[in-house]
Amino acid sequence: MRVTLLGDLTLRVGAAGGVGRPLAGPVGGADDEGPSCYSRLTNEWFCADYLRDRGAEVADATVAHLQITAAAIVLGLVLAVPLALLARRRPRLEGPVLGFSTGLYTIPSIALFPLLVPFTGLSATTVVLGLALYALTILVRAVLDGLRSVPPEVRDAARGLGYAGGRLLLQVELPLAMPVLIAGLRVATVSTVALTTVGSLVGHGGLGDLIADGVTTNFRAELLTAAVLCVLLAVVLDLLLVVLQRLLTPWTRSRTAAVEVAQ
Amino acid sequence: MRVVADAWRYLADPAHWRGDGGMLDLLLEQLLLTVTALGLAVLLGLPLALWLGHLGRGGVLAVNVSNVGRAVPTFALLALLVTMDHPGTSSFGPYGRAGLATLIALALFALPPVITNAYVAVRGVPPEAQDAATGMGMSGWQRFWRVELPLAAPLVVSGIRLALVQVWATATIAALVAGPGLGRVITDGFYRTDYGKGIAGAVVVALVALVLEGLAALGQRAVTRSSPAAVGAAP
Repeated sequence: MRVTLLGDLTLRVGAAGGVGRPLAGPVGGADDEGPSCYSRLTNEWFCADYLRDRGAEVADATVAHLQITAAAIVLGLVLAVPLALLARRRPRLEGPVLGFSTGLYTIPSIALFPLLVPFTGLSATTVVLGLALYALTILVRAVLDGLRSVPPEVRDAARGLGYAGGRLLLQVELPLAMPVLIAGLRVATVSTVALTTVGSLVGHGGLGDLIADGVTTNFRAELLTAAVLCVLLAVVLDLLLVVLQRLLTPWTRSRTAAVEVAQ
Repeated sequence: MRVVADAWRYLADPAHWRGDGGMLDLLLEQLLLTVTALGLAVLLGLPLALWLGHLGRGGVLAVNVSNVGRAVPTFALLALLVTMDHPGTSSFGPYGRAGLATLIALALFALPPVITNAYVAVRGVPPEAQDAATGMGMSGWQRFWRVELPLAAPLVVSGIRLALVQVWATATIAALVAGPGLGRVITDGFYRTDYGKGIAGAVVVALVALVLEGLAALGQRAVTRSSPAAVGAAP
């Protein structure tokens, strides 16, 4: 809980992290070390002491951030696949499905979360749901494009071998759609990691909560640490998805290799 | 559901729209911000991207700028700019508190879609068209101005349209760091537990976003219709 007085001067009353910031001097350390690099007097951007003293808080925020992002992506994917299949089965529905999700994407995240609040309250669910709706837009298109990228002759050959319905989809079409699908998944994941920060509006923004606190209390080390972690998280998840794609579609790797050799 | 009724009551009260700091005032402020930032991004990014596309160089940069733009949280960049000594929260002309910081962040986030689309658009001009232009004796500049640019126009405009939607969204987020614009109605509502007000602000922001997107779509259609790319493809 925060009580803000006169703009930047901020009192912390039993904040979740506990102690707030020392005016000067290291927390519980020897006095001869001078002010800690994150005290209000120095307020440095880079501060190892901050990570040492408040590491647990940073770790918690990172985990919360990951949980929200992961839940949103999974939910988005779970919704996107049937929608894409429906749009493919009934081409007349494709326009409305894509139009609806694109319209949704137009609405700024900071406006979408409040619009969900009457239904889901000030909870992490609001953030997850909002982010899932954004991811949905990218993913529906990715699944559709992915399924379209399956060569028709492969589909015909599979039918000739007796594949049909769910088996055709799961064993032939989805694996071949994987490169396009994962490309979409990467875009969705990276932007979801970034957008999660806005969830701090309803108090569930993962690292965004630290950024918000960093702004209101003019706490540079906290702000920069959270911002850098956000970008790192996006990069790491993106790399993981690249690895996943290589594992799931070993044939694309050998094909690129073959092309490289041929050149 | 009571908050929905509260939101409606907030929207229906003309006092909340008029006057200094009223919603109309904030709406104009945010529109001004959006237009300025988009203009800056187009002015800086478009010539660079078109030129790189014409030369066929710098593709890695032009495409990766979008990936970077996606990974950096808008909120984080705004927060950093506001917390720095410069530009900080200093007022900037009609753009209000933290106006300069907001403008910089908005323009930066408008650059990736503008640059990537314009570059890809010029690179996507069919080589036959370029060869034909050169064969007709056009100089590099003439080829760019009379052949590449008209053919690339639809995709270039679609990038500007994407940027517009992005800038409007970012401008709203500026309120999370005490910046100017309509987002302030949302954050005020939420930070002071007046959720009706917050939701009312969100409704206005969302509606304006949809209107802007609609107008941009109309503009894009007009450009696409007049582009030789469409004329050539017409049945």
